[in-house]
Amino acid sequence: MGLLALFRRTPPSASVAKERLRIIVAQERSARGGPDYLPLLRRELLEVIRKYVNVDPDAIQINLDREEGQEVLEFSVALPEKAARQPGRKSSRQ
Amino acid sequence: MTEIIVVTSGKGGVGKTTTSASIACGLAQRGKRVAVIDFDIGLRNLDLIMGCERRVVYDFVNVIQGDCTLKQALIKDKRQETLFVLAASQTRDKDALTPEGVRRVLDELIADGFDFIVCDSPAGIEKGAHLAMYYADRAIVVVNPEVSSVRDSDRILGLLASKTHRAEQGNGDVQEHLLLTRYSPQRVGKGEMLSVEDVKEILGLDVVGVIPESVDVLSASNAGTPVILNEDSTVAQAYEDAVARLLGETLPLRFVEEPKKGFFARVFGG
Repeated sequence: MGLLALFRRTPPSASVAKERLRIIVAQERSARGGPDYLPLLRRELLEVIRKYVNVDPDAIQINLDREEGQEVLEFSVALPEKAARQPGRKSSRQ
Repeated sequence: MTEIIVVTSGKGGVGKTTTSASIACGLAQRGKRVAVIDFDIGLRNLDLIMGCERRVVYDFVNVIQGDCTLKQALIKDKRQETLFVLAASQTRDKDALTPEGVRRVLDELIADGFDFIVCDSPAGIEKGAHLAMYYADRAIVVVNPEVSSVRDSDRILGLLASKTHRAEQGNGDVQEHLLLTRYSPQRVGKGEMLSVEDVKEILGLDVVGVIPESVDVLSASNAGTPVILNEDSTVAQAYEDAVARLLGETLPLRFVEEPKKGFFARVFGG
């Protein structure tokens, strides 16, 4: 990189690509081999939760772990900060 | 002992056919008997890259359907004595390819004493791609250092681990290799392109070759000569290395470093 490049402030795009790939590949690998209904289950659960809490689609993680003959479906939702919690139904009630 | 190698990628246009042609040709140059089969039913292309398009009389589907013998359909390469091409059919009927039919053709090639069968997979994850990988012993996964290609290759790795004959029979894994194409060390140096190490780390595969981006690939396909035969080209040398590694040699990667810059280029950026 030359001197002129020091004044460029944008992060190198390759590292952005690497980070995005790392996340999506890990996510797709964890879903691999799992039951076909997982994506649909995820979407429907998201719809139900969104009736009460305004969560981001990315805030829901579903993982299927296999350990010694038993399967564990792990489900986690990251709730937003308090200010952002606006149940979808509230407005219709007022 | 015949080895069946599938050249696959998921994404289209990354260099599967270029790679199939050059790897097959390179193996034949080293005295191996090689058959290279185009699995892209409906979109025949390997014949053009190999430069034998005008000599196609019978194709893969003709053999499977019993319209001709395998010997009649195999096109002997004009340059390499021990290299044979089996062209894809131009039929639009994708069901023309069956697992039993493919097995029969492979068995006949094995009985005939071929050392390598290179299966040029179509893009995508449909039937043709599935059958190209189904009986493979090894897989060359062709990847461009670019997000969609890397992601698609990972899908393919998933299929290699579950939807192949070896996986289904529990008969050992398909041995997977990563081949990076259209690699530009300059752009990697500038942080604009994923590096070999990046792709290797994301996919978790051993690297069998890194092919530099070059105008030589287009001129080779224009001429119908596998690019590995253009000895002056760095692309050819990189494919030669990949062939050697496939045969078990250990070689350092070439053409992955940026050429050294002069003083002015370093100070003012280039």
